[in-house]
Amino acid sequence: MEVGQLQRKFVDYTASLFCEGFLDEQFTQLQQLQDESNPDFVVEVVSLFFEDTEKLLNDLTRALDQQSVDFKKVDAHVHQLKGSSSSIGAQRVRNACIAFRNFCEEQNTDACSKCLLQVKQEYSLVKNKLDTLFRLEQQIVEAGGAVPMVG
Amino acid sequence: MAIATESEFHVLAVDDSIIDRKLIERLLKTSSYQVTTVDSGSKALQFLGFHEDEESNQNQPSVSPMIHREVQVNLIITDYCMPGMTGYDLLKKIKESSSLRNIPVVIMSSENVPSRINRCLEEGAEEFFLKPVRLSDVNKLKPHMVKAKAKDHQEPAKQGPEGSETPEVQSVQPQQTPAQSSNKRKAIEEGISQERTRPRYSGLTVI
Repeated sequence: MEVGQLQRKFVDYTASLFCEGFLDEQFTQLQQLQDESNPDFVVEVVSLFFEDTEKLLNDLTRALDQQSVDFKKVDAHVHQLKGSSSSIGAQRVRNACIAFRNFCEEQNTDACSKCLLQVKQEYSLVKNKLDTLFRLEQQIVEAGGAVPMVG
Repeated sequence: MAIATESEFHVLAVDDSIIDRKLIERLLKTSSYQVTTVDSGSKALQFLGFHEDEESNQNQPSVSPMIHREVQVNLIITDYCMPGMTGYDLLKKIKESSSLRNIPVVIMSSENVPSRINRCLEEGAEEFFLKPVRLSDVNKLKPHMVKAKAKDHQEPAKQGPEGSETPEVQSVQPQQTPAQSSNKRKAIEEGISQERTRPRYSGLTVI
């Protein structure tokens, strides 16, 4: 695929992610902080988010699996995930966390388990989307083009 | 005559989240500040050279922080919710310290809790930013650092050639560095932003 086509594909794909609510304005803020002196900023932050989230999801799975669930601990993990997803603009993950926290407050194990599933799903979706987006970026750069600024 | 420029300002950022540390570091560096990030309040105090026993020595007049540390910090920006020492605890310790109290402190939080915000402002925080923090928030930091630096220079013990310097009243215009030229639209927005749905608390500073 030639550069122009790739760039159009990139622009359309990015737009769809915003449209479908996977990403919000904060992701645009991240893109605007990227420049020639920090060309990999977005990938770096998002990679940190992926690492952090995977750890948190494991911790959450373990915490909810306990005989006696420590809801304070669960809430603390969800709070952290809500914060980090908000910081990178992963809107749907963030929203899933908000719902999750409400059930932590109610100390409802079943509902919390369902929420965890939901959060895992949303995370998996946004991770795939972002991986695709970064791959597209890479293809553009490899084809000698510039990555369009969207938003 | 020395005029304060951004590269002379050193900001200490405190946050337990690695993602938020990276973000705040980038925001501050984009604004041409020197940045140090730490992941806890206790590490922040360590970095600031805070010694619990020295602080109880009331013989010391309130002087410029410069003589108490090798590293000078012009502003501390800290997350509120941190395990162990919260941002509020850190703020209190700084304001209770004779050597550190002149350093402006800004609090960040992901939660919009009015009582929390008021408590921090009453304890002496200059600003309270809601997360995620943006460039428009970071643009509000400079006046506080300029003011604090001018105050340092006016201390009687520290009078020198710079003593006659009047604080340059900077308009809160962001520096147009190449990195920021594409951010013009965002960077120029001041205070009220249309797309914000939640209130921003800018402390008691008159803009």
